[in-house]
Amino acid sequence: MEMPKADPEALGRRQELIEGLRAIVPGEGVIVEDRALAAYESDGLTAYRQLPMVVVLPETTGQVARILKLCRDLAVKVVPRGAGTSLSGGALPLADGVVLGMGRFNRILAVDYANRTVTAQPGVTNLAITQAVEGRGFYYAPDPSSQIACTIGGNVAENSGGVHCLKYGMTTNNVLGVELVTIDGDIVRLGGDVPDAPGYDLLGLVVGSEGLLGVVTEVTVRILPKPQSARAALVGFSSTVAAADAVAAIIGAGIIPAGMEMMDRPAIHAAEDFIGAGYPRDAEALLIIELDGPEDEVDHLLARVDAIVRQLGAFMVRLSNSEEERLAFWAGRKAAFPAVGRISPDYYCMDGTIPRRKLHEVLEGITAASARHGLRVANVFHAGDGNLHPLILYDANLPGQLEAAEAFGAEILRKCVQVGGVLTGEHGVGVEKRELMLDQFNEVDLCQQKRVKEAFDPHGLCNPGKVFPTLHRCAELGRMHVSGGALPFPDLPRF
Amino acid sequence: MVDVIQPDSEEGVVEVVAVACAAGRPLEILGHGSKSGFGRPVGAGTRLALAGLSGITEYEPAELVLTARAGTPLADIDACLAGSHQTLAFEPRDLSALFGTTVGQTLGGVVAGGIPGPRRCVAGGMRDHVLGVRAVNGLGQLFKAGGKVVKNVTGYDLCKLLTGSFGTLAALTEITVKVLPTAETEATVLVSGLAAAAAVSLMSEALGSAANPSAAAWLPAGLAARSILAGIATGSATCLRLEGCGPSVQARRRRLLERFEGNTAATVLDDEASAGLWRELRDVQPFHGRPDQAVWKISLRPSDAPALLERLPTLGPLDAFLDWGGALMWVSLPCGADARAGDLRAALPPGAHATLVIAPEAVRAAQPVFHPLPDAVRALEARVRASFDPHGILNPGRMAAARSAG
Repeated sequence: MEMPKADPEALGRRQELIEGLRAIVPGEGVIVEDRALAAYESDGLTAYRQLPMVVVLPETTGQVARILKLCRDLAVKVVPRGAGTSLSGGALPLADGVVLGMGRFNRILAVDYANRTVTAQPGVTNLAITQAVEGRGFYYAPDPSSQIACTIGGNVAENSGGVHCLKYGMTTNNVLGVELVTIDGDIVRLGGDVPDAPGYDLLGLVVGSEGLLGVVTEVTVRILPKPQSARAALVGFSSTVAAADAVAAIIGAGIIPAGMEMMDRPAIHAAEDFIGAGYPRDAEALLIIELDGPEDEVDHLLARVDAIVRQLGAFMVRLSNSEEERLAFWAGRKAAFPAVGRISPDYYCMDGTIPRRKLHEVLEGITAASARHGLRVANVFHAGDGNLHPLILYDANLPGQLEAAEAFGAEILRKCVQVGGVLTGEHGVGVEKRELMLDQFNEVDLCQQKRVKEAFDPHGLCNPGKVFPTLHRCAELGRMHVSGGALPFPDLPRF
Repeated sequence: MVDVIQPDSEEGVVEVVAVACAAGRPLEILGHGSKSGFGRPVGAGTRLALAGLSGITEYEPAELVLTARAGTPLADIDACLAGSHQTLAFEPRDLSALFGTTVGQTLGGVVAGGIPGPRRCVAGGMRDHVLGVRAVNGLGQLFKAGGKVVKNVTGYDLCKLLTGSFGTLAALTEITVKVLPTAETEATVLVSGLAAAAAVSLMSEALGSAANPSAAAWLPAGLAARSILAGIATGSATCLRLEGCGPSVQARRRRLLERFEGNTAATVLDDEASAGLWRELRDVQPFHGRPDQAVWKISLRPSDAPALLERLPTLGPLDAFLDWGGALMWVSLPCGADARAGDLRAALPPGAHATLVIAPEAVRAAQPVFHPLPDAVRALEARVRASFDPHGILNPGRMAAARSAG
């Protein structure tokens, strides 16, 4: 994995940069010592590490604007960072870049219950938004599994998901507005707390742009009334095909569960060995299906789910009858990653999305590749929306295993694209999947995206080295030449 | 004489745009043209009609995804989805009658310029349901963005940018949308006689509660009397729609009616009557057939709506009603020379914005149809537009008068 080559001229301006930053952010907000910088050398994708040139921790939007302008003037790259929980290396530092840490932007600015919105600074954690409003019966719907630590600003950058996004949407469907600072130091408001802002949907573009367009300094989200009740079904199948059929049948019956998760046999066993959640060890596939809403609705739909899964051959069905039981059903799924972490020195979490009808084909491909690469794999799957998380087990201390895991992962993601899916469902491209972008997009697709980036960041200083393949270049724009201005399609109907 | 070109293939669209690009000749892009009276007049000598690109190319009900060519009539898509008890959850408005035409709309037209319907306040806008596109940019290059699965964060979300861009960034050739199950049943709880302030606070309370209405609207007495509610509502009408499976709608309806215990003004419209009411509101029927009137659409905080309703009559006689729980106000007023654009926008509360939907071409050419943007945002938009259409040949002027911001 290579990052863009450090620019010696930028490195040579380090002292000037530090002085400039100190003039903007006083005190301990500018970090320059290697020992302190080490805290920022990596994010949730810990296989990759790099000390940044400097870390700066601003507290106000005005400071962010001045920092970005300074970086632009000194031609220094900027890597924005929230809590550093990215699983795709979105916040991986650059040797010749500044890490702009948003941790001090940690206040909730306004709660508007009448209009059901919360406005927060980007360093507020995802869970803190729900905690701020749950006393009045509201919550913020997207719930990435890192929600205790990850920040709303990071969620905006990555368009984070979670187990409930089939019914409640991803971050992009729940964010109403942001304040964004561009590399030129312009402060713009995109969206707001009223629907469908005029002009182009720049808000929709910024959400999920992985820090490549600017730095978000304020976020307005919608909050929802907490569902009156929630119940779950725990269902065991003796084949993944039958489990996938059940998922399709539930949706085909017009039921959109709040969450619908699948685990394969290795994931079930890892979870059982770890916390003993009561999952059936003889199942090839386990489904957790959660319904939420008014009690009458939940009871009615759960009975229908029960009938559907039994008809499709489930050998075990348990329906939760208490909140404790519901949480117990989830315990194994929520512990799946640490459970896998326990049986292997390292694991590598993938994140492709596939059309669900291709699940069997993809799982068979994964099994075959697992044997070929000599690495074990466990699969957890947001089955409702087709988002697959294969966990590749490896040992970074054994020479060649990290590379083998990376090659295995790339093979899985290519397969996802081949069957009509995509490289990433909720973790982002980051540094991890950038070289695979050419498997999903062609030259024209990618160059269109790059030109949009240049509209925001003409100098390429915002989080370079992420999302786009490193060696990929686009030709200069020019008019296409059409011979003699004649249409090659003379038969087109004209009237 | 306007030249109309109607290719029947994606390659044909590429050629037409490439030729126009080479010649520096602007194109007006449209589907069936049902909304060609929406936005500023384009005045291009050539029309690129996408109606020839028709047909559903992929539909997998269990995947909740449908792909169709951009010129596919929306009616065909609705009919196809209905066969599997599914629907476009953003409830696209059919504005043909409002624009005084009998032409139907295409999927591409809905995505490029439509306005989401009453379910917007809970199900999200059109932007939230467009998963992938194929489109031709102003250089005559065919590109794709997004994907054909419901969960995807690969690359920039250009689909959102193209949704609502009125064909000023690219000509859409194929669109993948998220589809959702149609509710098994619906009912509308109707409360008569509430003033706007009480209605908005009731709608906000309901939308923030487990009653979970899928739409909330308020009609003043005058408009209610001329709607499907004539003889049902006495005075103004506050309408809360409940959708879902039978037991759920029953339970939530009970909950809402308990809230109004002792208030005899609360009644319930069942399936067909409820569907009829929301079709009327979706299609802005209260303002159909008003030749000398301008129609505005105002987005605002629901809690600001009552004060604006009190302030607006200083502009003169007008009609207004609320959708989206008060976050959307439709206003109809005598058009005059300028549709009262300046005065109306000056009356808006902070953060609100107004779009001129219906007005004669001359008024739309002279007044900002879309709400003016701050300079920094406008500059950003102009650069984004140039990144798709550097020579400004796609629907130039449709969204903004400035050459650069198309």
